[in-house]
Amino acid sequence: MTTQATPRTQVNLAGLSRADYKGHNSTLCAGCGHNSISNQIIAALYELNVVPENVVKFSGIGCSSKSPTYFLNRSFGFNGLHGRMPSLALGALFADHTLKGIGISGDGDTASIGMGQFKHVMRRNLPMVYVVENNGVYGLTKGQFSATAEVGLELKRQGVNKYFPVDICMEALVSRASFVARSFAGDPKQVKEIFKAAFSHRGIAVIDIISPCVTFHNKEDSFHSYTWGKEHEIALHDITYVPAREEITVEDFEEGSTREVTLHDGATIVLKKLERDYDPTNIFEALRVLYEAEQNNWLLTGILYVNPDASTIFDMYNLPDTPLNRLPTEKLRPSRESLDQIMEQMKF
Amino acid sequence: MSQLLPASVRDNGTVGDRIVNDFCITFSTVNGSGSATANTILLKSLFRMGIPVNGKNIFPSNIQGLPTWYSIRLSKKGYLARVEMDHLVVAMNPATLATEMKFLVPGGVLFYPDDFKLDIERDDVVLYPMPVKRLVKEADAPQNLRDYMANMVYVGVVAQMLGIDLDVVYQVLDAHFKGKKKAVDSNWQVILAAANWAKENLVKCDPYYVEPMPPLEGYIITEGNVASALGAIYGGVQLTAWYPITPASSLAESVMEYLPSLRTDPDTGKATSVVIQAEDEIAAIGMAVGAGWAGLRAMTSTSGPGISLMAEYLGLAYFAEVPVVVWDVQRVGPSTGLPTRTAQGDLTFVNFISHGDTEYVILLPGNVKECFEFGWKSFDIAERLQTPVLILTDLDLGMNYHISPRFDYPDQPMDRGKVLWEEDLQKILEKLDGKWGRYLDVDGDGIPYRTVPGNRHPASAYFARGTGHDEMTRYSEDPDVWERGLNRLRKKIHNNLHLLPEPVIERLEGAKFAIVGFGSTDPAIQEARDLLAEAGFPTDYMRIRSLPFRDEVCGFLHEYDRTYVVELNRDGQLKQLLTMNFSECGSRLRQVSHIDGMPITANWIKERILLMEGK
Ligand SMILES: Cc1ncc(C[n+]2csc(CCOP(=O)(O)OP(=O)(O)O)c2C)c(N)n1
Ligand code: SF4
Ligand SMILES: [Mg+2]
Repeated sequence: MTTQATPRTQVNLAGLSRADYKGHNSTLCAGCGHNSISNQIIAALYELNVVPENVVKFSGIGCSSKSPTYFLNRSFGFNGLHGRMPSLALGALFADHTLKGIGISGDGDTASIGMGQFKHVMRRNLPMVYVVENNGVYGLTKGQFSATAEVGLELKRQGVNKYFPVDICMEALVSRASFVARSFAGDPKQVKEIFKAAFSHRGIAVIDIISPCVTFHNKEDSFHSYTWGKEHEIALHDITYVPAREEITVEDFEEGSTREVTLHDGATIVLKKLERDYDPTNIFEALRVLYEAEQNNWLLTGILYVNPDASTIFDMYNLPDTPLNRLPTEKLRPSRESLDQIMEQMKF
Repeated sequence: MSQLLPASVRDNGTVGDRIVNDFCITFSTVNGSGSATANTILLKSLFRMGIPVNGKNIFPSNIQGLPTWYSIRLSKKGYLARVEMDHLVVAMNPATLATEMKFLVPGGVLFYPDDFKLDIERDDVVLYPMPVKRLVKEADAPQNLRDYMANMVYVGVVAQMLGIDLDVVYQVLDAHFKGKKKAVDSNWQVILAAANWAKENLVKCDPYYVEPMPPLEGYIITEGNVASALGAIYGGVQLTAWYPITPASSLAESVMEYLPSLRTDPDTGKATSVVIQAEDEIAAIGMAVGAGWAGLRAMTSTSGPGISLMAEYLGLAYFAEVPVVVWDVQRVGPSTGLPTRTAQGDLTFVNFISHGDTEYVILLPGNVKECFEFGWKSFDIAERLQTPVLILTDLDLGMNYHISPRFDYPDQPMDRGKVLWEEDLQKILEKLDGKWGRYLDVDGDGIPYRTVPGNRHPASAYFARGTGHDEMTRYSEDPDVWERGLNRLRKKIHNNLHLLPEPVIERLEGAKFAIVGFGSTDPAIQEARDLLAEAGFPTDYMRIRSLPFRDEVCGFLHEYDRTYVVELNRDGQLKQLLTMNFSECGSRLRQVSHIDGMPITANWIKERILLMEGK
């Protein structure tokens, strides 16, 4: 009889196994783009050695917004209201500014009902990753047009879409988001690298991920389908995320073929040039390439814009190092004498 | 002599009996002219002389150029409600003179700038023209401050003619401008010149006098919104999210004003409380709910249109069991309504707010002292019960100055409720063999234990949601789980009604019927009870201060054949809720609805009740 050694589970630098980053089993349709995104989030966080207790998850309402239950079971999460996730996240993150927020939204959740809160959380630069799982359709309510659906799109029972689509990345840029990227659920490697970069960014990091709805909206010729995406994706660059503690070795990259952006936590994103040389710190360029992509029917992916030094909402408040929700009660109630003083002033 | 004597005075040459510290003076101005400072200085001067006073601002929803009235009632007996008639009017706005005349009592007094063309038919009014233009010019005030300084002219003239102590006026002025010498001096110069002018040029021929009274020891004067803000600050508020709206704005603005001095940590120099002006009321309540969920004492303040927008989030907070405090400083609805007038029209809406079966703790302060007290208590209640607490005040209570006994420092330590940090959680897990769940009723009181984000214990995290969930926070559509959860939510609140402020009950010997009210109507009801008693109808009175109703409310209603429910809304909303809760008393309740947007008066209540009594 031979004794089999139980293989030791592989752990990352945080001493955690991949299982520690898992969530419940997904109840979304098999093949749904949202599932592949959840998987990449798990992979990215595992590779980033993130401690799940240091993360809080948020979402609105939709198939996409269900996703936070499918990763990071060991993180707090709040599945809020349709289109109102940003305000919920903002309030919660003020309680402990050392926590990192991950918000998952849909194109309906963000670009229709939630457009107002979306734009305002950009301008406040709340430090969190804001993922839009963009399928051009309302999945959970069974296949109506969303605000990102292209003109002329035809959907069962809905007719033909007449309205011009919202470009979530453009909206994010003009609202002064400090990190804006677009990716494609059919390009998991890129999703993962972009997510890592976004997670290391200090400020709001918007990732608009084209994430096909296989049940209601996956016709080959429509913008948000797997087939169309695969055929029309044009990556701005090849992205490699290099964590703070690792050195970038020169031999990995040909000289002059890359651009590098150092993020706030010391990590670097190395962007390898593909067909063009793209500068992701230039907001005009970002808007220009988006417009160009729209004109040419490209699914343009990559890190469109990043400003690693933008001040965040927390810089605008004089917050203590101790998280607000850990302050003892004696720090919260002013003294008896101070009330006496106010009462004296109110005699006039 | 520049003034005209009324016929009655001219005929018999006397001014009759002196009327001391018991009258109402109204200042009619155009808004945007800076009259608030002048009116406040007069109000506070009277208060400093020991005279019970109340000021009511009747203002337009407009920034500049429309009529505004400010009424100060002096009452040596301490009646502080509005009265319907004016005894003196200071008319600075020619456009509304006819209106002023309608409300001036016979023998009343009219102060007015001497360049007005007086076109009044009454001959029973004492007229005091004031050389406003000349005095302002002599004061050499810069052009842009002339309108404003004109108001200081009436401060001086009125002070002189009524006998308001000018030293006190100076003290109040000094306090108002926080000792800023230039501002104090330039205003004082005009006030003094006007008072001197009046002394030399006007002959007193009206019966209205101000005389000092024993000091109002232990009293202060302030606005409800300031009191509410302070209450929140002493209650440890950590996040206030708000969106501007009349008449609630000054609540959040007062929080901002007081935070730097009261809530900067002396050890670190850092803020222990933040204020965020949100993009709208949905975001404001969203931020507050997020913060409350994550363990902060969080609140928002708004008025009717804003509370309408908050409905969905309040339902989520109720169902996900998130503590949060919401102030509704009510104004007149429906819709945009009358933004600058007062009402109690949000009660039923707030009681039922959001879809499905919901229920809210509602606090109903009746004076500024209770605004402060409920301000801090609301957080204890919200955190103990893990539920939204709504506090309803109104424009009259919130924006007008009220005199009040000094606020009491909180007499209880903060109750943060059943929050588990790392060690607490470890202990409870050991005690329960690992079977802790966010929505598990461990103690049998309907209140589970909660953890908050930032707790680093590996078992602390849970997923909050507005969808069906079981005790362990798992998504669930199970019929039994749903029913169980919903019933526990009800039990949680109803088992703990003793935490809410009890009704205030006052009785009079021989009362045959009773009055019930809430909130800002209290002074008028109190005064009306005196009037009714004088007319031979002593009454008992219950002022309700919280919902869901405590047992005392039911007990009181059972005592009387007839109970008049006095409130500032058309549909008798408190009466509706009482009838719904205590159907056996429904037929004994009588609706007394005051809905014109003005603060209610004692006389109106008395007349209405006598009419309904068939008298
Ligand atoms: C206030 C409100 N209105 C409508 C709905 C119904 N609703 C649920 S999900 C959804 C659309 C979700 O679309 P999207 O955000 O694109 O998510 P997807 O399901 O496509 O991932 C709608 C309209 C709701 N939950 N709340
Ligand atoms: S309906 Fe569409 S979006 Fe929803 S789970 Fe299915 S595939 Fe995904
Ligand atoms: Mg969608």
